[in-house]
Amino acid sequence: MKDAATVWAEAMLAAALLAVDPRLGGAVVRAGPGPVRDAWVSGFRALLAEETPWRRLPPGIGDERLLGGLDLGAALGSGRKVLQRGLLAEADGGVVIAPMAERLAAGTASRLAGALDTGIIALERDGMAEQLGARFVLVALDEGADEDERVAGALAEHLAFAIDLDGVGHRDALPISATVADVAEARAALTRVAAPDQTMVEAICAAAEAFGIGSIRAPLLALRVAAALAALEGRDEIEAEDLSTAAGLVLAPRATRVPDVTAEAEPVSHPDDAPAEEPEAPEHEADATPPENELDTAENDDVAATLDDVVLDAVRAALPDGLDALWMDQGRAARSAAMSSGRSGARRASPDRGRRIASRPGLPKQASGLDVVETLKAAAPWQKVRGALLGLERGPMRIRRDDFRIRRFEQRSESTVIFVVDASGSAALQRLAETKGAVELLLAEAYVKRTQVALIAFRGTAAELLLPPTRSLTRARRSLAELAGGGATPLAAALEAAAVLGVAERAKGRTPVLVIMTDGRGNIALDGAAFRTRAETDALNAARRIRGTGMAVALIDISPRPRGDGQKLAEAMGARFAALPYVEAGRVRDVVRSLEGVG
Amino acid sequence: MRVVFPFSAIVGQDDMKLALLLAAVDRTLGGVMVFGDRGSGKTTAVRGLAALLPPLRVIAGCRFNCEPDTPCEACAGVCRHTGKTGEAPAPVVDLPLGATEDRVVGALDLERALTLGEKAFEPGLLARANRGFLYIDEVNLLEDHLVDLLLDVAQSGENVVEREGLSIRHPARFVLVGSGNPEEGELRPQLLDRFGLSVEVTTPDRLADRVEVVKRRDAFDRDPTAFVALWKARDAAVRRKIKAAQARIGEIVVPDAVLEQGSRLCMAVGADGLRGELTLLRASRALAALEGRDAVTDADLRKIAPMALRHRLRRGPLDEQASTARIDRALDELKAA
Repeated sequence: MKDAATVWAEAMLAAALLAVDPRLGGAVVRAGPGPVRDAWVSGFRALLAEETPWRRLPPGIGDERLLGGLDLGAALGSGRKVLQRGLLAEADGGVVIAPMAERLAAGTASRLAGALDTGIIALERDGMAEQLGARFVLVALDEGADEDERVAGALAEHLAFAIDLDGVGHRDALPISATVADVAEARAALTRVAAPDQTMVEAICAAAEAFGIGSIRAPLLALRVAAALAALEGRDEIEAEDLSTAAGLVLAPRATRVPDVTAEAEPVSHPDDAPAEEPEAPEHEADATPPENELDTAENDDVAATLDDVVLDAVRAALPDGLDALWMDQGRAARSAAMSSGRSGARRASPDRGRRIASRPGLPKQASGLDVVETLKAAAPWQKVRGALLGLERGPMRIRRDDFRIRRFEQRSESTVIFVVDASGSAALQRLAETKGAVELLLAEAYVKRTQVALIAFRGTAAELLLPPTRSLTRARRSLAELAGGGATPLAAALEAAAVLGVAERAKGRTPVLVIMTDGRGNIALDGAAFRTRAETDALNAARRIRGTGMAVALIDISPRPRGDGQKLAEAMGARFAALPYVEAGRVRDVVRSLEGVG
Repeated sequence: MRVVFPFSAIVGQDDMKLALLLAAVDRTLGGVMVFGDRGSGKTTAVRGLAALLPPLRVIAGCRFNCEPDTPCEACAGVCRHTGKTGEAPAPVVDLPLGATEDRVVGALDLERALTLGEKAFEPGLLARANRGFLYIDEVNLLEDHLVDLLLDVAQSGENVVEREGLSIRHPARFVLVGSGNPEEGELRPQLLDRFGLSVEVTTPDRLADRVEVVKRRDAFDRDPTAFVALWKARDAAVRRKIKAAQARIGEIVVPDAVLEQGSRLCMAVGADGLRGELTLLRASRALAALEGRDAVTDADLRKIAPMALRHRLRRGPLDEQASTARIDRALDELKAA
């Protein structure tokens, strides 16, 4: 474990590197709001020239402000289309700070990722068609309270650094000595830094592979960081040390597995069928030349092997905490990163929120419901006629009642079906297969109807959220395949977990529907102890709590000979009850359908 | 114009490159859907393709890219034709996230309406994409009604605008290229079926390939112009290949035996509808043209079948078995029979 001072020093180094090379994308800064985070942000700002654009991005920002559109006031005043720049175009050449980045709507995250990719905003809105420069550094302030709340993976992947300031105290957060002038010098030096040679590229790629990093962006960013490090030192060649520092900064936070310590670093295999891609006549010896010739690399094999090891060690040393912890942590991070797109706070079932869809004629109930641009468009063709009717040539726009266009937002009264599946030994193994079948059928329907599905399984001592709410079949398929059976029945814990997830989904404006498949015979209490009586009391209490939330619930008793435990539990939670000794997919679906109407 | 990464410098990704080339040769194939991981070069490939498409002969200044001497009816109110003809780069139009419907289909020209009180049509992205490609990154994030509309226009080749008192129709024949990451929400199967070809791309898993990708990308980022110059000859060769294939595709023979084999294959894998069969044949023909041959062979079918049929298989959406494997097996069985 790194000490706080080291963490801070690295965080500030990352800031300096971003100031030197904005093409590094930016950083995810994980920390609660507070003096330490403020110190990092102001430390970063102090490295940039005063005139550098600096914009804050509110998490619920709409496309009009984010991308830009028609400047209505100016358009009406001048009678011409006047462009209003969005926040990203305004930040061109500067910095975008995104507080609560873990709550960014999926669409916003994609737009940010797109701009980071291309450096431009293609605006096709409100009659405007423009390409605007938008090269910026993104600082995503991640304030997620737990592991499930993370910045969307698609966005984080474009940012070179992931900084975790949670363990850093106020006293550790010392200012750094670098200045704007140093940065300017390093920027100039960066243009002179030579391209990394073959062994370096190989070392970084091999390390990325060893740590299970699939994306090709990670090694690219690591190489750019290495070049920026060299530039900061005023060198025009990348050295081994730059490479290992860069690998530690960029690759370590992205690691999804730890290579076997005893195994040899994987030797770099050379393409035997290689230069099919080679350009016809690469006369001049440029770095851009496709596949390097074998001879050259063979000579460097020893060097390469050592460099590979150095880089591997650097990443390993930079890994957060213990190896086991890493595994757990990253597994969860990966899962939650993919789902975080669903964690937007902006998707409420409110008439003024949600995704905009095409405007339609109608009378606005309140001023905010009026789509001004569309209304003007509707009125515009008639101005001449209306003016003539009144005997006027010029004058203000004449807008009538039937010109009004109101904004419409997509109704988001979608449901999230949360399956709570008993995978314990008492629910017999063949039950599990049947249950999986039913879940699959429902998933298939959800796929078409675009509802979301989540899966909580319980067995042994705990309930586990196997599948966070998703529409993705790929992920659903994977987590179902992983579902194993056997062990004790921690029913109470499962009901608690389901209630918590249901409430969380409701907070996002979705309608939770719980489908609990069990025999109702829990034998593990909430605290994990194996006492049947306490387990039953706990389960009944949890059931009552579910009733309190008023969620739509169905309990499907899957025991071969129902003995009333299921029914009792269903009554306690106000659930619809069905005893299905043979879980038939079709009947489970009918039960769920009947509930969706209720929720 | 921005300097783009050369198409021919893309390492691997043969399926995706082939599908795009086939669509460029025969534009009636019905578009390409590219599924894949983030950062696997989907966008790069489409942009690269744009740079090497053969230019179009158009009426100079036409906003619908109309062919010389055949202006469309919408031209009258919109374009100022001087009567000259010219060459224009084949359009590859991006549909950016956040695009509003008025910009996609075209709408009332607000400026002319406000200042002159005139009702005039302002063409949208569909007009710009006529006779070219329309590219949508992350189709799965696009609003459903826009996707429906796009697929509809792509199929009919005509954009009908009925809004704001306008009633306009104009040609919009384009190849729709969509990309998306299945991990971030999938496309509705009804939509998927309407793409002609579908390919899956993954980041290369061989270390040597990955090294090559990183090296080329890094070289491009350092000096785009020099890098593009290095690959210019290769790109030009691809462009010649497309042009030659476009010229000869009309003369490609499809033997009856191959036709039958195609039908049998579609039945064997249970691909829905005729669309699959048609796409399979057209794409095989485009492949033969691309490779400079006169007739389609069984080998062409075999190569094309996965990308033409994969997304049309009637299957439980949770079917573990990869569709490609199913197609391969069916082909083997047919051969043995």
